Parts: sequence; structure tokens; C-alpha cells
Amino acid sequence: MNPAGNEKIDQIFNAVYKEAERRRSEFREDPVPKIHIGMATCGIASGALETQKAFQEALDEYNIEARIHTVGCLGHCYAEPVVIIDHPDSGFPPIFYHEVNAGKAKMLTKLFLKEGDPRFEHVYGAMEENDLIPSVMEFARFNREKRVVMEKCGYIDPEDIYDYIAEGGYSTLVKALKLNPYEIIKEVQNSGLRGRGGAGFPTGRKWELAKGSGEQEKIVICNADEGDPGAYMDRTILESNPHQVIEGMAICAYAVGAKKAIIYVRAEYPLAVNIVTKAIRQATELGLLGKSVLGSSFDLEIDVFRGSGAFVCGEETALIRSIEGYRGMPRHRPPYPVQKGLWNQSTVINNVKTLASVSPILDHGADWYREIGTENTPGTAIFSVVGNVVHAGLVEIPMGVSLRTLIFDICGGIPDNKKFKAVQIGGPSGGCLNEDFLDTPIDFDSLTEAGAMMGSGGMVVMDEDTCMVEVSRYFLDFTQNESCGKCTFCRIGTYHLLKILERLTKGEGQDGDLELLETLSKDIKVGSLCGLGKTAPNPVLTSIKYFRDEYEAHIYEKRCPALMCRPMIAFYFDLDLCARGCDACATCCPVEAVFTTSNRKKGVDQELCVKCGECIVACPPEYDAVRKVSPPDRVPHIEKPPEKEKEE
Amino acid sequence: MPKFLVDNKEIQAKQGTILLKACLDNEIYIPNLCYLEGIDPPSVSCRMCFVKIEGERQPVPSCTVTVKDDMVVKTDTPAVRQLQRTALRLLLSVHHVDCKNCQANKKCELQRMAKFLKVGLKPKGLERHLREIEIDRSHPFLDYYPNRCVLCGKCIHVCREKNGQSALTFSKRGFDTVISFYGVKDLSTFECENCNACIDICPVGALILKESKEEFLK
Ligand SMILES: Cc1cc2nc3c(=O)[nH]c(=O)nc-3n(C[C@H](O)[C@H](O)[C@H](O)COP(=O)(O)O)c2cc1C
Ligand code: SF4
Ligand code: SF4
Ligand code: SF4
Ligand code: SF4
Ligand code: FES
Ligand code: FES
Repeated sequence: MNPAGNEKIDQIFNAVYKEAERRRSEFREDPVPKIHIGMATCGIASGALETQKAFQEALDEYNIEARIHTVGCLGHCYAEPVVIIDHPDSGFPPIFYHEVNAGKAKMLTKLFLKEGDPRFEHVYGAMEENDLIPSVMEFARFNREKRVVMEKCGYIDPEDIYDYIAEGGYSTLVKALKLNPYEIIKEVQNSGLRGRGGAGFPTGRKWELAKGSGEQEKIVICNADEGDPGAYMDRTILESNPHQVIEGMAICAYAVGAKKAIIYVRAEYPLAVNIVTKAIRQATELGLLGKSVLGSSFDLEIDVFRGSGAFVCGEETALIRSIEGYRGMPRHRPPYPVQKGLWNQSTVINNVKTLASVSPILDHGADWYREIGTENTPGTAIFSVVGNVVHAGLVEIPMGVSLRTLIFDICGGIPDNKKFKAVQIGGPSGGCLNEDFLDTPIDFDSLTEAGAMMGSGGMVVMDEDTCMVEVSRYFLDFTQNESCGKCTFCRIGTYHLLKILERLTKGEGQDGDLELLETLSKDIKVGSLCGLGKTAPNPVLTSIKYFRDEYEAHIYEKRCPALMCRPMIAFYFDLDLCARGCDACATCCPVEAVFTTSNRKKGVDQELCVKCGECIVACPPEYDAVRKVSPPDRVPHIEKPPEKEKEE
Repeated sequence: MPKFLVDNKEIQAKQGTILLKACLDNEIYIPNLCYLEGIDPPSVSCRMCFVKIEGERQPVPSCTVTVKDDMVVKTDTPAVRQLQRTALRLLLSVHHVDCKNCQANKKCELQRMAKFLKVGLKPKGLERHLREIEIDRSHPFLDYYPNRCVLCGKCIHVCREKNGQSALTFSKRGFDTVISFYGVKDLSTFECENCNACIDICPVGALILKESKEEFLK
């Protein structure tokens, strides 16, 4: 099979692995403290660069020797910037600290690194079991997760290939190169892996189709376009552990017979682009990519293509058009990319998470993978959970976990004692599910059955103050903007949906709107050319299905039950609660709509009020006197004293 | 040569023929706007030419299917008509219907489809959304009417066929998509004066020869 012979592959790789191990033990055995700082986009956005600088300066100032190790993202958004301090001499285990800003960094350097006091009030948890500090593994946010794709994310330095290799990285590629390509495809098929880009197509089947399409060279594309608003799993994986994706691509390329592969990343992800580019260079330098990989007869060149950032370019045929240099517009399938893809060559397109699952599968075997998740969807799901939820961030869980477990146990439920209202899954293509679905197991099939979609893994949790009509409007505004305009249903149909929803949220709904939304939605789903149009009505259809009364209230009573749509609400102050003489609301009101009544309480001049809600925030909690009502005519009349009195 | 049934009529067509074309050649009308022989891949998808093919769950656009032996096709099932009517209503909802003053009057594809599908030219139910610009006069010989254009893309294609590159192109995207002459730096390299291919192919009255040019040619 390999002219170079298996021993040669092992020999070359062993030399690389030895070097990785040497570097790691040198790092590990260095007795000085280690400071691991999460430096993916999320961390940097929360100030991780300043944190790093502050540590550096403090170490210099106190003359402490320590090593700063920049790592990717652990997935704990709510806690960024995240720092793990490993200070063996202190007698404490490695400790997880959250929200470490520059000040905290300086303080920890002085008190913990210098004086050995870990400052218990700032400790989030220990990274391993011990007698002194509760371990983070006691929290559901940690122990209910199952990490396959993100296993090494947040622990290794994404910019240092040796970090990955020391953790076992690229050994699966070595294993794969010694197998027959058909054996690899068989193993992936047996694992039941389904594409994580949204549709859940069986990955092994896709590879088999490509392999079977003829002898000519194939192309492998990694889809990292990730255009869903609020979704950032793929970016985070590329920023935290690019090599696991690259290794998956290499195995795929070897299995299907490709010498060329492309990672399609959106240009708005500059850090991901840089890290991936660097990773490819490092892998090529070590002979893991390029001509004659590890001395075998397999060549592979991987390029990074920077996409222009249109949502529709994530659709595989549009993505191919855009690499070919045309407007990124989808085309009719069949032919599918495996039949006729980039430059008319057979092309395998897989999502980042799909490809990142490949190496663990080959490493541990298909049976191991099947043990995780459900019968029809083995493996894990990665969600970016955002919205009204306590522990927002990236979560990797086994498929089949219920929405309730994910939202309430793992992510800590709804903040501020509010009630859960809905969860939107699958972004602009997905649907809004209500409470009745909390016990739905998460996998491709049951979510689709419920009218939502796995999508690529965006999840927005919404509390009782969210208006479902407004949520639909938001998503339609997005899809309408992203429609490429090629086909009639999507181009004009979604525009009508948006305009109707805009009217509803302005209190201008009419008889018949609800029915029109439904029939138009159904036709758009069937009539559109690509997945964007075919799924765009999902947010509308599901929210009408599960929250019909809210639509009816908007249309027939001009009332927004969640008190969110501004044109349909009014503010007033409850005179029984309003404190005589308090001026908090009046001072904060940007338009001077607050007046003082004759008995020195407050009223709102409805003509002036712009419904900004500032007064709610300003009113001291012990009074909590600001009230919202809908429709606006339900606001009680409060007498405004004649103007001249005020002037006195 | 594949033999197949369309609306119970037996048809034969060469291997590789597009179903829509085979039907049209055999006097079976299927509403269509964007299909032109030789566009591959088409840059537009009007979604008018749906048919029902036995074995397929949902209607498919007949311009995306090549004929096959023994396929059974129906062109007028309720599901097909529902989609075609909605598509046409959508097109008309962004159309400035003013046939009296339009050069395409009586030879317009929209009129033909409306009659065929029994949809009024000013359908009720959908609000009308017109673009602000009524006429784009930026081309030296042509005027373009965005509120008449159905974005079928045929003008772009024929221009490219005749001149090697196209003086017309799509610009913007989504609902705002229009045909524009933007990006064509030097129109004099195009033989617009003697060509008119785009005007001739336009299924509606969206491209019109400037009066000044008619005068100029006289
Ligand atoms: C509008 C639209 C946007 C899409 N965006 C993405 C995306 O950002 N990332 C992705 O992997 N797949 C996306 N897809 C799905 C791809 O077309 C394709 O199915 C996927 O990349 C296949 O990979 P998989 O088999 O690993 O899931 C999108 C599909 C549509 C219709
Ligand atoms: S469905 Fe929308 S995005 Fe897809 S081809 Fe049609 S117009 Fe373009
Ligand atoms: S909602 Fe805003 S504008 Fe209205 S009274 Fe309160 S602070 Fe003033
Ligand atoms: S394009 Fe057709 S439908 Fe439109 S105004 Fe002209 S004739 Fe009438
Ligand atoms: S101008 Fe005419 S031919 Fe060109 S896209 Fe519009 S309708 Fe089609
Ligand atoms: S913690 Fe990294 S994405 Fe949030
Ligand atoms: S003629 Fe078939 S989609 Fe336009």
C-alpha cells in the first residue's frame, strides 16, 4: 500500500512525537508556576490581552518566575477571561479563576504566586480532585459535558503544534495512513457520524459516494463559514485546536483520494484565519502535510480561503461558486458536490465539527463513538447557548440529553428568577419551542420533528419578557437580508413575511395577517431553491404554532403580552409605590417626560415618553414603582399639574 | 430516445433534453421565465416551471430535470398550481402594473402566465412593494425599469453570448437585486447600437430603447 512502508511512517512520526514529548516534559517539570490564559476571540473580547499583560508586569514587578501558557477556549463564556493557575509549590492543585481582569491578575500574582494564598473568595474551583478546594467537576456545567470534539480546547496552545502532538495528536493520521482507504470509510460509516453542518447527512456515506465517483482526484472542503447569528462553535474550535480539524481533513483526503483541501473561513474571523494558517504551516514543516506525508505516497496541500461573510455562502453549492470566483449563489442539486463540485471535481464538504470528530472516532473506534449519544445520532452536540441563561457559552453534550437538562442543569437556568418561555434552536433556520418540549431529547430527528432544527448549533434561551412575534421579526430580518435573490420565493416571499411581522410589532396588524403568514410560509418552504429559503419560515411557523395567542393579541387587541413591542406599550408609575420626593426616574429620563404630581409623586407624559425603559432601571428596588402596560390605552390617567406651577 | 408521459400524452425527446424544453416543443405549456438553453449553471431560478414527477415527493422545477425513459409527469396538479400561483403573485406584488403604457403589452410573459393561471394582474392579499427608482437611465441607449423587471437574467446571458462579456449584470442582493450597467466602464466596446438582443429577449417590458437613440439612428 505505501511504497515507503509502514515502518518508515512510524519512524518519521516517532521522531516528531519524541520532540513533542521532550518539550512537554520540559514544560511540566519546570518547577515554576504556570498561568494558562484563555485567548480565543471570546477571551480577548473580555480583556484577556490586558490580563496577560498585567500578569507579565506583575511577575516582573515582584520578581517571580512563572510561565504564561496561552490556550484556546474552554467554553465557559460567562466566566471570561478564564485563567488556570498551576502553582505546585503552594500545595494547591491547579485552580480555575473566572473573570480575571488586570486588577485581579495583579492581585493573584502577589497574593497567590508570591505569598501562596489562593484567595478563596475568587476561586471558582480546582481542576483536579483534592482535599482543599472543591473541584470544578462538582458543577454540572463541567461534569455533565462529554467532550469529544472540544476535548483539548482550552488546554493546549493552538499556536504550538507540539502541544497537540504531545496530547496524542496526529497519531490517528499515522494509523489511518497504514489502513486501506475503504477501511477508514467503513469505520466512519460504522460510527454513525452525521454531518454537524445542519442537515445531519451520514458522513461515511458522503465519503463513500465521493470515493465511488471515479478515479479522478477529489477535493476536500472544510466548511467554517458559520453565518448563523449567535453561533460561534466553529470559530472557537479553529481558534482553540485547529490541528484536530486539520488531522480530520487529512484523514478524509486520504480516504476519498484527494490531494487538495480547502478550509473556507469567513474573513470576519481574523484570529481563526491566522491560527489556522499558522497551524497548516507548522504541520507542513513537520511533514504532516505537503508532499509525501510522513514519507508515504500520500500528498496533501491545504489552503485557507477567506469567505466574504454572506450567510448563504455556507450553503455548499454557493460556497463552491464563491471559491470559483463568482457571486456566492446556490444552484440546484443534483448534481451534488460529491458528483460535481469545485471546478467540476468530486468534492467532499464537511463541517468543522464533523471533521474534528474523525480523529477521535478512528482513535477509539466506531463502537466507542456509538456508545455516546443516541441510536440515530451517535456522538456529541455542541451548542452555543446564549440569551437569558446563567452559564452561557459553548457546551458539548452527548446527543439525547434533554433540553431541560441542558438549559436548567448544565447552563444554570434562567437568571433573575424569571420564567422560561421558549428556546430557539438552529438559528434563522430553526424554530422556537415552548415549555412542552423541555423533555425532548436533543438529536437531529427529534428536533426536526418538533419543527426546530439542529442547525449548526445556535441556541437562544428566552425568558417570559420575550415577545415571540418580535423574535420572528428579528430572524426574518436576518434571512431577508441574507437572501441571495436568485429565486422568487425567497427574494420576495421572505420580504412579505418581514413586512407583515414589522406591522404586527408596530400594532398595525390586520385581519388575515396570521393566515397569510402561514400560507406564504408553507409555499416558501416548498418553493425555494436552497436551504436558506426552505428553512427561513421555520421561526414564523413554529412560533405561530406554539404561541398563537401572542400573534392574536398583537393583531386583534394591539397588545404585546410580553410588553416588549414599544409601539404597543406605555409606562406609568404606580402611585401607591412611588416614593414622595424621589427624583431618580425624572433625572434619568432622556426626554423629560416625567412630571411631578400635585402630591409630589411622579407621572409620565405619554406624549413625550419614548419608552426607553430607563426609568425602570433608575427606580430604586425598594419602591419598584414603574409599570408597563399593553395596549397603551390601559395606562391610568394621572393628572399633570398645570405648566406654570412648575415654573414657580 | 427516452419516451415518457406528460399529462397522459406520450412524448419522445433526445437523451439529455431538459424536460421543460421537451414539453414546450410538444405544445405543452408550462409557465416559465428564466429558462434559456445553454445557461449552466443558471444564475436565476424563477420557480415558475414546477411539475409533478411520479416518485418525487414534491413538485420540481422542470428546467432542472432531464428527460428519462418512462417518467410520468403531470403539469397541472393542485400542488403545482398552488406554487405557480404564489410565485406569480409574488412577482406581481413587486411589479408596477401599467400595461396600457408598456411596450410589452400583449406580448408579455406575465400577462400570459396570469391568464393561464387565472391570477389577476393586481392580485389581492399581498401588499405592493415597489422600488423607489422607476427608471434607470444610465445606459446611453437603453432605459431600465426595475419595477417591471422579473430578474430572469436572460438579458445578461444573451449579451454575453453576443459580445463575449455582458454589459448588464445583477447588482445588490436579496430583495434589492436589480439589473445594472455598473462595472461596464466603456460601453462603446459593446455593439449596443446594433444589437438589441437584451430588449428582444426580455419577457416583460423592462428594457426599452431610449427614444433619443431612435432619433439618433434616424
Ligand atoms: C443557508 C445555508 C447556510 C449554511 N451554512 C453552513 C455553515 O455555516 N457551516 C456548515 O458547515 N454548513 C452550512 N450549511 C450546510 C452546508 O450546505 C452543508 O450541508 C454542510 O457543510 C455539509 O457538511 P456536514 O455534512 O459535515 O454537515 C448551510 C446550509 C444552508 C442552506
Ligand atoms: S432560497 Fe434564497 S438564498 Fe436560496 S437561492 Fe433562493 S433566493 Fe437565493
Ligand atoms: S420610559 Fe424612558 S422616556 Fe419614558 S418616562 Fe421612562 S425614562 Fe422617560
Ligand atoms: S411588463 Fe407586462 S405586466 Fe408589466 S406593465 Fe408591461 S405588459 Fe403589463
Ligand atoms: S431586464 Fe428583462 S431580461 Fe433582464 S432580467 Fe429583467 S426581466 Fe429579465
Ligand atoms: S468561553 Fe470561549 S467562547 Fe466563551
Ligand atoms: S424556468 Fe425553471 S426556474 Fe425559471
